[in-house]
Amino acid sequence: MTKAAPKRAKAAPIFAALGDETRLHIIARLCRDGPLAIVRLTDGSNISRQAITKHLNALSDAGLVRSERTGRERIWKLETDQLAQASRYLEKISQEWDEALGRLRAFVEDD
Amino acid sequence: MATHAQTDRIEKSILLRAPLDRVWRAISDAKQFGHWFGVEFESDFVEGARLIGKCVPTKVDPDVARAQEAYAGTTFEVLIERVEPKRLFSFRWHPFALDPDIDYSKEPMTLVRFELKEVSDGTMLTITESGFDGIPLARRADAFEANEEGWLAQIGLVEKYLTPTAA
Repeated sequence: MTKAAPKRAKAAPIFAALGDETRLHIIARLCRDGPLAIVRLTDGSNISRQAITKHLNALSDAGLVRSERTGRERIWKLETDQLAQASRYLEKISQEWDEALGRLRAFVEDD
Repeated sequence: MATHAQTDRIEKSILLRAPLDRVWRAISDAKQFGHWFGVEFESDFVEGARLIGKCVPTKVDPDVARAQEAYAGTTFEVLIERVEPKRLFSFRWHPFALDPDIDYSKEPMTLVRFELKEVSDGTMLTITESGFDGIPLARRADAFEANEEGWLAQIGLVEKYLTPTAA
């Protein structure tokens, strides 16, 4: 095995956590609306509170969300570290494209 | 150049001061694509084809070519999706997957689309790459760390290319 194997093992739960439509929807809601109680996360959907809790726990296990108790309610929020890294990755790819497009420009405009 | 980015996709538009025909050939002809991108393919871009690209230093800029020497000979896979003459060229790949220690084959690929449109002063090219949300977050983080130094070195080059020369 290569040295990437341990990282791969660490990545597996994150990958699994994001590979579900409901969980991606939860992430999108938390991105858009900020920290939310479970009751808000079930708004306008026919998913049970129990099912949402299960999904939130899966996201939490992957380090993508965390919860805090406020009074009688549990409020869920994004764990932004992981997501911030994802957006930095996208910036990197974006810069790769800027560079590649610059080369394309030089290629097609120089003849 | 306009850039639009979310977490799942990158979109870029660039006005190239060259005729549509010229830009189409530069993108859809595997040899010409390789010339500016810095890659060699063993066959043509045909819908449904699975190609292996081998990294070679670009021929359009000696500074970038030197930076690309580190990856010379590294191979990556490209699946050609659509070839619609002078309009659309698209393929799937593992985005800039050049770390020989990582097996990318089990990860989802991203979809890259080159869309062309003739405009009065040249050709408007829009590139979109989508599907990043399918890639494990931890992998995305690793990719950044591994290449951070290389990136710092490249930023100056990027600026150089994006600034139209007075020449």
